[in-house]
Amino acid sequence: MSTATSLHQSRKRKNSVMMTLCVAAAGIGLAWLALILGALLYKGLSGVNLAVFTEMTPPPGDSGGLLNAIYGSIVMTIIGVVVGTPIGVLAGTYMAEYGRFSKLTTVVRFINDILLSAPSIIIGLFVYELMVRPMGHFSAIAGAVALAILVIPVVVRTTEDMLNLVPNALREAGTAIGAPRWVVIKSVAYRAALSGIVTGILLSIARISGETAPLLFTALNNQFWSSNLNAPMASLPVTIFQFALSPYEEWQQLAWTGALIITLTVLALSIFARSLTGRREDK
Amino acid sequence: MSAVQEALPAIRGSRDATVRRFALTDAIFHGMTRAAAILVLVLLGGVAISLFAGSWQALSTFGFSFLTSESWNPVTEKFGALAPIYGTIITSAIAILIAVPLGIGIAIFLTELCPRPLRRPIGMAVELLAGIPSIIYGIWGLFVLAPFLQTTVQPFIISAFHGIPGLNSLFAGPPYGIGLLTSSLILAIMVLPFITSITKDVFDTVPPVLKESAYGIGCTTWEVTRRVVIPYTRIGIMGGVMLGLGRALGETMAVTFVIGNAHRISTSLFAPATTISATIANEFTEAVGDLYTSSLVALGLILFVITFLILAIARYMLMRIDARTGA
Repeated sequence: MSTATSLHQSRKRKNSVMMTLCVAAAGIGLAWLALILGALLYKGLSGVNLAVFTEMTPPPGDSGGLLNAIYGSIVMTIIGVVVGTPIGVLAGTYMAEYGRFSKLTTVVRFINDILLSAPSIIIGLFVYELMVRPMGHFSAIAGAVALAILVIPVVVRTTEDMLNLVPNALREAGTAIGAPRWVVIKSVAYRAALSGIVTGILLSIARISGETAPLLFTALNNQFWSSNLNAPMASLPVTIFQFALSPYEEWQQLAWTGALIITLTVLALSIFARSLTGRREDK
Repeated sequence: MSAVQEALPAIRGSRDATVRRFALTDAIFHGMTRAAAILVLVLLGGVAISLFAGSWQALSTFGFSFLTSESWNPVTEKFGALAPIYGTIITSAIAILIAVPLGIGIAIFLTELCPRPLRRPIGMAVELLAGIPSIIYGIWGLFVLAPFLQTTVQPFIISAFHGIPGLNSLFAGPPYGIGLLTSSLILAIMVLPFITSITKDVFDTVPPVLKESAYGIGCTTWEVTRRVVIPYTRIGIMGGVMLGLGRALGETMAVTFVIGNAHRISTSLFAPATTISATIANEFTEAVGDLYTSSLVALGLILFVITFLILAIARYMLMRIDARTGA
């Protein structure tokens, strides 16, 4: 009797120890992340003023803003999304519709998943070899292409997943009234999966708007205002990288402010993207 | 009646034309989607080929010694990848050692212990954190974590392990703040959301009836987790860990801030070091001479091969979990 009780006691003790550790793990994880976001808000907010959005990046030791970097980031992100999205949606469409059971789809899905997690600096090297070296100089368009390559796997993945969720009865109904396949896809499948596909696009924007590594040696950086796509262009992440590692206090402050801007943008995009599909998951 | 019969060929003709038009458009659309899917394959193939072509000069100059040489000297143009490879593997390994127990702990907390109303917000917070750009972690590591480690933690550890053989060389000073251990900590916090969310997802695939029958014979929550949930989801957890490892190996910006960029192999975890991606990020635009550039691309090729293998294994494992649940 006493051994049974002590066994029971020790099992209960072990259980409470392990469960406490799990709660502690969650606490550590959340506290750690709260620390990062707290430091970001604390250091970033103190540098937010109108000049950040209206002035160019300053020379060392001078005050200024981030306007050309913000502009560059927006331009390259837009081109990247505009180029990458159609390719991603079409490839996802093939995988979910025309080639759902084909061997090609299995292979593409596997390769796409690897591209999805491939180090972005590798993509930067690829675009350097592909565009910068033949052209002979760094350019914003090369940066945009690097970002487009990062957009594609995200969009492929979500498009395929979302189209696979569309009930087949809907497609059969379309086919039964004589609509050809592409009309069924365009007017039935896309419409049913629209919010999911848009979510994928938004998530891809969130991903590329903070990417630094692929821009380092494609778009490079530019201290001045430039809207020439064939020339180096500043971007927010690369500017943050350069300014944070500098010894100048004004630059470091701008780096924190830029980091805050990127983080808030990315978080807002992700939350908005999830709210589009969140309602369906609740059911 | 006769009017209808007269009209029939015309109707049939226009119907045939419509059907032909439909078939043509469909073939075009089919072809476009197929081409886009093939483009994804071409992209990965292009990455492999361009990296190989770009690194050919370095690989043919140094041969196999590129992998085993520690020297990295732009002046004499002697390049070896051993120090960056060492740094990459050590930082990723330590990061995984820290992140896996934490991630599994958080996943258990979320699936077994967390009050229901809190589950979605915390789960969502974890997923949002996976999306925060790595440069943010880098700047935090450089300005907040590294000074803290330098002034508080490292001097204490160095003096505490001073006389103990083995440990004293592992934690040898001086305290720089930046270095291998700092990078590992930053990487750990970065891969934590990935490992947590995948572990949580595979925990959710355990059929409730299995857990309920274990509870039914009197198991504690820990015993159910240890004996039922974890064995059932072992492959999926391994897949998640490998995916996190793939991320850690290739992570660039966060590490570049805090690694210290020293091309040497040191036994001390407090010493500055370098990783493959940090070396490329730091030196690529400043590299003078074809051989230097080519050596950096060769580093990229090594990283590509390592991460490709790790990620392929990870995906294979996660696919097996998917196949079992019929998802």
